[in-house]
Amino acid sequence: MDVEAARMIGAGLAVIALCGVGIGIGNIFSTLVSAVARNPEARKEVFSIGILGFALTEAVALFALLIAFLILFK
Amino acid sequence: MESPLHQFVVKELIPLHVAGYNISFTNSALFMFLVVVGVTLLFFLGMRKSTLVPGRLQSIVELCFEFVDNMIDENIGEKGKPFFPFVLSLFLFILFGNLLGMLPYSFTFTSQIILTFSLAAMVFLLVTLVGIIRHGVKFLTYFMPEGAPLFFMPLLIPIELISYLSRPVSLSIRLFANMMAGHTMMKVFALFTIALGVGGISTIAVNVLLIGFEFLVAFLQAYVFSVLTCLYLKDAIHLH
Repeated sequence: MDVEAARMIGAGLAVIALCGVGIGIGNIFSTLVSAVARNPEARKEVFSIGILGFALTEAVALFALLIAFLILFK
Repeated sequence: MESPLHQFVVKELIPLHVAGYNISFTNSALFMFLVVVGVTLLFFLGMRKSTLVPGRLQSIVELCFEFVDNMIDENIGEKGKPFFPFVLSLFLFILFGNLLGMLPYSFTFTSQIILTFSLAAMVFLLVTLVGIIRHGVKFLTYFMPEGAPLFFMPLLIPIELISYLSRPVSLSIRLFANMMAGHTMMKVFALFTIALGVGGISTIAVNVLLIGFEFLVAFLQAYVFSVLTCLYLKDAIHLH
């Protein structure tokens, strides 16, 4: 196989990790919504924790994206 | 067409070689210098004539101050007060570095792993030293989870140790990867828009959205870095 083609495939494979991240972020926000719906007064505190969780989960997505970019653009 | 990674190249502005070491003044150093001078000027000018009803600059300064103060109060408590200057300067350095990197043709120094790792190593050393100074030998009990049965210890202690030692790595890679991947993504989408020619007008909205998202990430990552610093400090001060 051509090295160039292998690089493209490798970059594509690297971003499969985004599937897990998508599930994770969806999970965080669905829980956030139900938590706020159950107890609207806790919105302020729950929201900041939710955003923190979002940032930590999103970092995983960016690790995968970074690897893909590093493979693509040498 | 230039590679999207071209923006991260460190250029020597004033070459300087001393005893075999390259200590040149680079574009990375220039932007760090700009951030430090900028933040110092902001605080100096903002608080020069401090009034009860704050003006515009003073409001910005108070906003930053109260934000970090609240963060320390919520995460560490009363004992965290001595670490306030450290966390404040860490937060402002990263935040302003990220935001300055958003300007076209500027350099994002937080996208250099050596810089983020130095910051994370600083945090790690501080946390370890605080733990040892406050608790002495008792600090070692930090690696033994409370209430766990004794026969689990050979398994749990290495896990706790590894998770403790991997903190600077995860802290530095999180910031570095976020900034680098974000900026590369913006460049890739911008190149895509150019490649489309006249039809590229339709994708400009996506570029604008991405820039907004990058501003959010720039703030969020500075926040996450300082919150995690606070949480680590809390662990060292309170031991569980």
